[in-house]
Amino acid sequence: MAILCDKSARLIVQGLGRMGRFHAGLSRDYGSQVVGGVAPGKGGSEIDGLPVFDTVREAVAATGADASVVFVPPPGASDAILEAADAGVALVVCITEGIPALDMLRVKRALRGGQTRLLGPNCPGVVTPGQCRIGIMPAQITRPGAVGVMSRSGTLTYEAVDQLSRLGIGQSSCVGIGGDAVIGTTFVDALALFEADPETKAVILIGEIGGNAEETAAAFVRAKMSKPVVAFVAGQNAPPGKRMGHAGAIIAGGHGRASDKIAALEAAGVAVAATPAEIGETLAKRCPALAR
Amino acid sequence: MNVHEYQAKELLRGYGVPVPPGRLALTPAEAEVAARGLDAKVVVVKAQVHAGGRGKAGGIKLARSPAESKRIASEILGMTLRTHQTGAAGKLVRKVWVEAGCEIERELYLGLVLDRAAEDLAIIASTEGGVEIEEVAGRSPEKLATVHVDPATGLQPFHVRRVAFALGLGADALAKLEVFLGGLYRLFVEKDATLAEINPLVVTRAGDLFALDCKLNFDDNALFRHADVRELRDPDEEDPREREAHAHDLAYVSLDGDIGCLVNGAGLAMATLDMLRAAGGAPANFLDVGGGTSQERVAAAFKLILEDPQVKAILVNIFGGIVRCDLVAEGVVAAARELGVRVPLVVRLQGTNAAEGRALLAGSGLDITPAETFREAAERAVAAARAAGA
Repeated sequence: MAILCDKSARLIVQGLGRMGRFHAGLSRDYGSQVVGGVAPGKGGSEIDGLPVFDTVREAVAATGADASVVFVPPPGASDAILEAADAGVALVVCITEGIPALDMLRVKRALRGGQTRLLGPNCPGVVTPGQCRIGIMPAQITRPGAVGVMSRSGTLTYEAVDQLSRLGIGQSSCVGIGGDAVIGTTFVDALALFEADPETKAVILIGEIGGNAEETAAAFVRAKMSKPVVAFVAGQNAPPGKRMGHAGAIIAGGHGRASDKIAALEAAGVAVAATPAEIGETLAKRCPALAR
Repeated sequence: MNVHEYQAKELLRGYGVPVPPGRLALTPAEAEVAARGLDAKVVVVKAQVHAGGRGKAGGIKLARSPAESKRIASEILGMTLRTHQTGAAGKLVRKVWVEAGCEIERELYLGLVLDRAAEDLAIIASTEGGVEIEEVAGRSPEKLATVHVDPATGLQPFHVRRVAFALGLGADALAKLEVFLGGLYRLFVEKDATLAEINPLVVTRAGDLFALDCKLNFDDNALFRHADVRELRDPDEEDPREREAHAHDLAYVSLDGDIGCLVNGAGLAMATLDMLRAAGGAPANFLDVGGGTSQERVAAAFKLILEDPQVKAILVNIFGGIVRCDLVAEGVVAAARELGVRVPLVVRLQGTNAAEGRALLAGSGLDITPAETFREAAERAVAAARAAGA
């Protein structure tokens, strides 16, 4: 069934601005079940054919939604995530870029031990090819298959997926975990899901400078993964102390360097692509059976 | 976002954290007046730039009289300070902080940081103050104590006790540390800091605690709710092109190569630098035009790249997701026509509406080298820069 979502997912949209509406439409065109939207004060109306509710609780009660995608701007985004969790939504995908890190610390603390899984924020979402699209990914470049893809970067996810598809290698699920310092679903969480998913035969991890998510993932791969893992780490030429676009992508105090991450991954038996143009080829070499 | 030491100290004072009295001076004459006003046996004249290691570089000096303060300030003001954090270019000193000296008994280290791995706030304390904390961590990690604070409860008295004992402060200093750390914690949380570092935290002969130096970093993502912090931004401390990029909401970092890069998405933009290096080239910049890219932003990005005299070729690398390649192509064509691109231009468009985008570029009559794959794009840009540089 791939991971995080399949064709049974019932999706609501929080934040029905220009971007939320545009991508809700694309998700619906892709075949996802988009069942409603939440816009406080506009409950009872309809936007683009979607029933609109004032609160997430009302939306869930009326539609049976089990997934939500959040497009709410940064000042209200953490509140939107917590509202979805409070309403019992199982999967919340937060696209919003620019949420204060302390807000996310409190959100993560609140979600701990609960029933809600958060993907993001500052992420492109998830596509399970042929079944479901939640977020903003260009789903037309994906194709159904057996490789799980996960990345801290949106556009690098597309790059990797495109390289795979051009080589005739399909994907089980393509997951953007987000570029912020504090995120919901981590590499380790996604690795565990891919390891448990019978349809996934191999995993691609696309990391970048900053933090220690790649090192933690490497330790998990070594201890728990039976499936082959291929990786790329962006930012090998990033200067220290500069934030490289993503809030989480900064080499600080000698920590978070690409070279350390690559070394940790290689020591765990992960095949690391030398350049971003060789992600697909590296997987094809490592898993010849999938490339046919 | 970084702030100056004097700005950090003013914030600390507002939260009840003791700092020595001091005044800002923009001229040697002001430094003399400041020193006189402080009524201290010894004052310290400190260069105000956004960089550590100022003392070793000659940016911090003692003065025993107002006249000496004036002389020292005249040396420091206008000097270019080169420390391990400024790079070879150094930083021009435009202001000094004149501060009353204090009688130091011990120098300690106290830091508060957003710990992304533990997903909480971490207090770092060490008896080794006044030196780089990274150096202590490497040399004697047992001298660092880390106390994690759950964001749900905030700072509790037991956290303060743990820090006090780790710092070897006696029971009599506990109340003083409670005020100090309590203020620092409130400042951190209320103003959305990501790092607050007091180094050194000094214990005076009288047993008082003072923040002798302070470094504060604030979360750029939270500046929307802190007008007071936004006002502390010092444009003189920023790279002029990075400042211009900031005004257009572009993520830009200056580098020292000759290939200008215009990319969508931070990850792809970082990977583009890596790919250019792997192909034997040298990127002139990191530039992420972002998700909601408009024609205006593409034009602003082009302008920034072209203003860099080092640039000998430009690589546009776009993988359209939210971004539509045809809109980017329109922006590229408009910018190239308006600004008159003087260097070779290599453009790769993939993803949403890529075919339409490529058709627009091909029909524009401009001299644009198209590329299909990531590798091809990098190799063509490197070749173009080489040909232009020869």
